[in-house]
Amino acid sequence: MTKKQNRIVSNLYIFIIMAFLYVPILVMIIYSFNNSKSRGAWSGFTWKWYSDLFQNDAIMTALTTTLIVAVVSSLIATVLGTAAAIGIHAMKKRSRTVIMNFTYLPVMSPEIIMGVSLMLLFVLFQVKFSLLTIIAAHITFNVPYIILSVMPKLRQMDVHLYEAAMDLGCTPLQAFLKVMLPEIMPGIITGCLIAFTFSLDDFNVSYFVSGERAQTLPVLIYSMTRKRVSPEINALSAIIFVVVLAVLIIVNVNDVRREKKQQRGGRHA
Amino acid sequence: MKAKFAAAPYLLWAAFFIVIPFGLVAYYALTDLHGGFTLSNFAQSLRFAPVIGSSIWLAIIATAVCLLIAYPLAYLISRKSTGGQRTLVLLVMLPMWMSFLLRTYAWMTLLENNGVINRLFGLIGLGPFEMINTQGAVVLGMVYNYLPFMILPLYSVMTKIDQSLIEAASDLGCSPGQTLRQVVLPLSVPGIATGITMVFVPAVSTFVISVMLGGGSFMLIGDLIEMEFLGNAYNPHLGAALSIVLMVIILICMALTDMFSDPEEKEGLLL
Repeated sequence: MTKKQNRIVSNLYIFIIMAFLYVPILVMIIYSFNNSKSRGAWSGFTWKWYSDLFQNDAIMTALTTTLIVAVVSSLIATVLGTAAAIGIHAMKKRSRTVIMNFTYLPVMSPEIIMGVSLMLLFVLFQVKFSLLTIIAAHITFNVPYIILSVMPKLRQMDVHLYEAAMDLGCTPLQAFLKVMLPEIMPGIITGCLIAFTFSLDDFNVSYFVSGERAQTLPVLIYSMTRKRVSPEINALSAIIFVVVLAVLIIVNVNDVRREKKQQRGGRHA
Repeated sequence: MKAKFAAAPYLLWAAFFIVIPFGLVAYYALTDLHGGFTLSNFAQSLRFAPVIGSSIWLAIIATAVCLLIAYPLAYLISRKSTGGQRTLVLLVMLPMWMSFLLRTYAWMTLLENNGVINRLFGLIGLGPFEMINTQGAVVLGMVYNYLPFMILPLYSVMTKIDQSLIEAASDLGCSPGQTLRQVVLPLSVPGIATGITMVFVPAVSTFVISVMLGGGSFMLIGDLIEMEFLGNAYNPHLGAALSIVLMVIILICMALTDMFSDPEEKEGLLL
């Protein structure tokens, strides 16, 4: 095979896998404009599922719940996890290993077991399933991701910087705010974003700790797919897809621009 | 002030929301309705051995298919230009950001008896084929949902393989097959190990894909657990025992893949 043929084959392969990943999503977007309620037949173009979607109280309430849970749980998890990472980093190797193994437990164990175990906890203490139980559950599965993304930054940090700041008269708080925090900030932000997206997307854990009083969007979607399926779900996925696509493109274009600027700056210097 | 006390709030949290709940699962699994010690829950779990077996089997098939599809793809992506790599990785990640329920629902639309694919077949006079509510559909759903979990760790080890290493191998007379076996494959083992864990764990424990694409006719261990806790079969003791069985399956899988990877490296791959 020549080099050119090679390249054609490899691009074709990439194209086929990408088609596999995207065709189902495209079909959903197309069907979100389908006038018929049935999923098979096409009977003309309509926007009505989109307007139905925004008038659907259940969906809008669930969306609000999801956003509240994601914001609150990722922020609390970030504070808890960053403090934990700093503390664990300062420990001796033995206790550090033990604690890190516990930290891996929620990451490695299947979500269904986390959901079930938290459900047992809330049932035992007779806590009614509500917004609070969902938030507590989300914090629990989010904290490990914060710890795991802050830890590498702490390891990379020069320990003497913090000591130098103290020697030069900083209080521990000042040394933390002015020296340590800026160093580990990228890890904190990555962790927070990961936690936020996991929280938005979580179904398996929320399913076991949400009741009549509070439902996140994925839990509602699941109950909708169990009943007569509504084309509003298609409209909802189309919107989510476009939003995610837009966010990713913006973030990516920004990254590329910043890198180019850095490269250019580097050449001048 | 000692820095290590900063971990105290987290340790309290973890004790209450991780250690106690997991302890509760173990307690429920080992007790009966009256709180007495018993092993009967595990004995009862054995009745479901066929379901447990088929969960493991389907998850193994899905993991193998993911590996076979993802390996060449990850390699091809890793040999592209920086910009090309960035775009392709983004394209792989994008579906992950959509709820997996919506993506699985999309496959329902495609595979149904009067769904899109059967209508297309109908146009050329074929079918309709029975596609949804089959084991094949369940495996397809697993592959579709978890393929990015295989591609990304593989890509992240392969992008570190120096192109000059591959060129050197072929300059020294290796055929492409030999280069693959003797250079690329050994260097990508940690990625393979991470990918296998990241696909197998959610695949073996899913309780949604089997309901949505298997129509409830192919129960998996996840479905059993869900039914014992939230369904008509309410029996948290049996459900807890099944959860422990599932946990053991996963620990065995992780022990097998852990032999090939270094824990410090895994931390970086997960994120």
